[in-house]
Amino acid sequence: MKSERVAAIVGVAESDLGKTPGKNVLQLQAQAAKLALEDAGLTKHDVDAIFTAGNWAWAPNLMLAEYLGIQPKYTDSTNIGGSSFEAHVGHAAAGIKAGLFDVALITYGSTNRTKPANSSFQSPLTAQYEIPYGLPTPVGAYALAATRHMHQYGTTSEQLAEIAVATRKWATLNEKAYMREPIEIEDVLNSRLIAEPLHLLDCCLVSDGGGAVIVASNRVASTLKKKPVWILGHGESHSHNTITNMPDLTMTSARESGKAAFEMAGISHHEIDVAEIYDSFTITVLLTLEALGFCQPGEGGAFVSGQRTAPGGDFPMNTNGGGLSYCHPGMYGIFLLIEAVRQLRGECNARQVDDAKIALVHGTGGVLSSTSTVILGRD
Amino acid sequence: MIKDLIKSGIDDESRPYWNGLKDKKLFIQQCGDCQKSIFYPRSICPHCFSDNINWLEANGTGTIYSFTTVHQGYGPFKGETPYTVGIVELDEGVRMMTRIIGDYNEIKVDKRVSIIFKEVEEDFVLPYFQVIT
Ligand SMILES: [Zn+2]
Repeated sequence: MKSERVAAIVGVAESDLGKTPGKNVLQLQAQAAKLALEDAGLTKHDVDAIFTAGNWAWAPNLMLAEYLGIQPKYTDSTNIGGSSFEAHVGHAAAGIKAGLFDVALITYGSTNRTKPANSSFQSPLTAQYEIPYGLPTPVGAYALAATRHMHQYGTTSEQLAEIAVATRKWATLNEKAYMREPIEIEDVLNSRLIAEPLHLLDCCLVSDGGGAVIVASNRVASTLKKKPVWILGHGESHSHNTITNMPDLTMTSARESGKAAFEMAGISHHEIDVAEIYDSFTITVLLTLEALGFCQPGEGGAFVSGQRTAPGGDFPMNTNGGGLSYCHPGMYGIFLLIEAVRQLRGECNARQVDDAKIALVHGTGGVLSSTSTVILGRD
Repeated sequence: MIKDLIKSGIDDESRPYWNGLKDKKLFIQQCGDCQKSIFYPRSICPHCFSDNINWLEANGTGTIYSFTTVHQGYGPFKGETPYTVGIVELDEGVRMMTRIIGDYNEIKVDKRVSIIFKEVEEDFVLPYFQVIT
């Protein structure tokens, strides 16, 4: 049974990306918000709900809404790390279904490259049992997961490198991508070790950048000139905060968030035409593919082998070049949504996936801590 | 200083753990109702929500659940690379983060380890582990 078409993404945009030394996080969000509203054919006076996530203010929604001159009747600052924006889309769809508002503005902005946030954001309340051991966060946590997965299933560094290589191939087709030089598996394996078994090229970029997504009710969406991208399903979960407390280092809560999203959408895995999957690290993708059920636990390495996720492969994934090669300002989730919408609208030129009708978007936050899955579709 | 990174978090809930380490004792907790072991210290059982929580001295042995050898350290750890951070599953059934010391080639997932009380700074002891050979 197909889900009701109640809410849609009707506008998306990025701000300047890469290195933006002249801009602060509010400017980046304002720029993206203006462009996304123009993309939708709406104005800021149409916005009646505000969603953002960040640690750049005590209460980011208050600062952002004041800066933009918006007084919302619904506000949500859910912050579960990089997957926050997929959660925002789900929450916006739920709010619209409940009749609480018609147009939601979701934004993100970060100057992680030129003005890194204070790294002492880890509260010693429960992190005091981890901080003294010097695990670099987040890469060390993902390395622990990779070690365990390799031990349990025989996954190899070559298999993880397949993901970085395939993602770079997509980046060569996206002029907005930061890293566009093709790489080979050997380049990944020969890049310096950061935290074993993860190499530099297993890790995402550190960028500046922002993005915005406009979610609207069916009633509003039907009046706009661009075709709506319907929110068909959504699920979210989180399983732990610190990596020591992850119940199973090889299984993320994507198992739960993905199941919920597929059930709400009423579709099955083989109907997904394009997947945008959070790639903070290569291992993030591999664990997520397994947890979402695209393959069995332990089969992720085989699943991505042979450049299956690259342009021309039978599982097009991270088609903008991903956090690994396009842009990663710390909480990457909003960019997954932007790319999925563009793919479903057919706006992706050289990197366009033929006849893409249904997209899966999956965010992962913290240290494999939170997950949120969104399934999108066009008419 | 490593202790400076966490001292604002050390309070009545965690102090028995930190003080125990100075006496070469590893304290975890046990639920007085469901009997499950608990780590890190807390005021309520995350299994059954009982607030009948007791301290328990762990015997200091366990197995390596996972580990990573760090080549890019930060802050006070920068000069120590490479070093190995692990998650150890104690025989009492709880996991904790630690440093795993000793021969790098001996460090493998599922290897048995035992505790070493390491005074990393004056008056600050951490529970490290080494592979039992
Ligand atoms: Zn209990």
